[in-house]
Amino acid sequence: MNWVINNLGLIWSLTLDHVALAVPPIILGFIISIPIGWVANRFHASRGVLLTISGLLYTVPSLPLFIALPAILGTGILDPINVVVGLTIYAVALMVRSVADALAAVDAGVRQAATAMGYSAWQRFWRVEFPLAGPVLLAGLRVVSVSTVSLVSIGSVIGVSSLGYLFLNGLQRNIIEEVASGIVATLLIAVVFDLLLVLAGRVLLPWAKADPTAKRAWRKTVETAIAGASAGGSVVDDPAVSDPSMAGR
Amino acid sequence: MIEFRTVTKKFPDGTVAVDELSLVLPARQTTVLVGSSGSGKTTILRMINRMVEKTSGDIEIDGEDIHALNPVKLRRSIGYVMQNSGLLPHRKVIDNVTTVPVLNGVKKAEAREAALTLLDTVGLDRSLAERYPSQLSGGQQQRVGVARGLAADPNILLMDEPFGAVDPIVRSELQQELIRIQRDLGKTIVFVTHDIDEAFLLGDQVVLLEKGGRIAQQGTPAEILSKPASDFVATFIGADRGRRALRVEVVNGRNVVVDEDGRPTGVLQS
Repeated sequence: MNWVINNLGLIWSLTLDHVALAVPPIILGFIISIPIGWVANRFHASRGVLLTISGLLYTVPSLPLFIALPAILGTGILDPINVVVGLTIYAVALMVRSVADALAAVDAGVRQAATAMGYSAWQRFWRVEFPLAGPVLLAGLRVVSVSTVSLVSIGSVIGVSSLGYLFLNGLQRNIIEEVASGIVATLLIAVVFDLLLVLAGRVLLPWAKADPTAKRAWRKTVETAIAGASAGGSVVDDPAVSDPSMAGR
Repeated sequence: MIEFRTVTKKFPDGTVAVDELSLVLPARQTTVLVGSSGSGKTTILRMINRMVEKTSGDIEIDGEDIHALNPVKLRRSIGYVMQNSGLLPHRKVIDNVTTVPVLNGVKKAEAREAALTLLDTVGLDRSLAERYPSQLSGGQQQRVGVARGLAADPNILLMDEPFGAVDPIVRSELQQELIRIQRDLGKTIVFVTHDIDEAFLLGDQVVLLEKGGRIAQQGTPAEILSKPASDFVATFIGADRGRRALRVEVVNGRNVVVDEDGRPTGVLQS
């Protein structure tokens, strides 16, 4: 414990760096995924293509990507932007499928009712479909959050400061406590992010707690999403499971 | 008054759901479109608020061609009630009822006040206003659906099998409630059902549809019962099964009405 107590300042500042690198990709990934997921869900032809591309993106190894990005973006090799962009790509890769699935899961009857009430297409999306997709979107976002927090560490290999430094430095100098503190701090960030997301869900989606169908859809999607993420992003798209045009019948 | 003039609807897959339909739906009356599935009744209903666009022909409301109107505005001026209520699950009962007035720009507080009165109209306790739809029974949800359909005080109310998914006792309650509401409000109601008993109960005018939206017979329930226009109509209304062929038997000095199989259905009052 001595090492930890003597280096609390370092751990804290690395934790802040880690958080600062993890938050933008989660938010950007979410925002960018919405239009892509919408297109994937809206048009039959684009669904398979977009979901396959986004699935493949997740399989790109992170280290080479971080090294290649400066050349592509014209940024400095040590620029944190590289990590943010790289992690945003992974976030999008995971999130596009969630957005497409979440929109496909919105009940066709409710969508028709909204049209019949006189919502314009734009109003219907933002006031009906998007909120109703909320539970599934949140489930996807939780997976993205955990994935991003863990991937930030890789940035340390290319010299961008994060908790990853503690693994690298601890391994080189053979200080087990340092390695362990990096792992624990990363886990804590992931847990805190997850709790914040769940809390946000409670506040923003009060109806989901009352609605048993939404709850069920949510749980199912969390399970699939986690399974998909641990398998390195599922590439295969099964149209029978999530074809929106079939869900409407 | 809603008027269809030789209206055809052909879907992209080639199905002709409605074939050259001409039909007048009188104002302030209930017209029931009845037929089995595939008779085009829901398609006809949805062409009135342009959720389904006609392929050819004309549809007019009070002499105005609805295709000259903005479809979103048109829909906001027409009440719509559907099966399984179609309530927005993420909005409280009160917010569901105020949906259309709020879309029309009515102030929220004002719309809420009116919505509470509407809950009374459809026989719902005001305490349910702050609940979410999933916390209500099927019958209650359907009542909210009716309240929502009436909220913008439309002249026209479209009802697409609104009571199809509730149990028979609740359905009967809702039917009586609708008859009472219609007596008070006098809307132009277009009601779609596959249940001929419901059609005869609710309809001032009943339109019996065959495949492709062809009218098999059109008239008051009494006209259709007294003179079925074809074997199809006779079968559909149950005349051929003797369910509607009643006769009188004297039992204990009273005139008991029995059907063809001799099952008593009531007593004649004289």
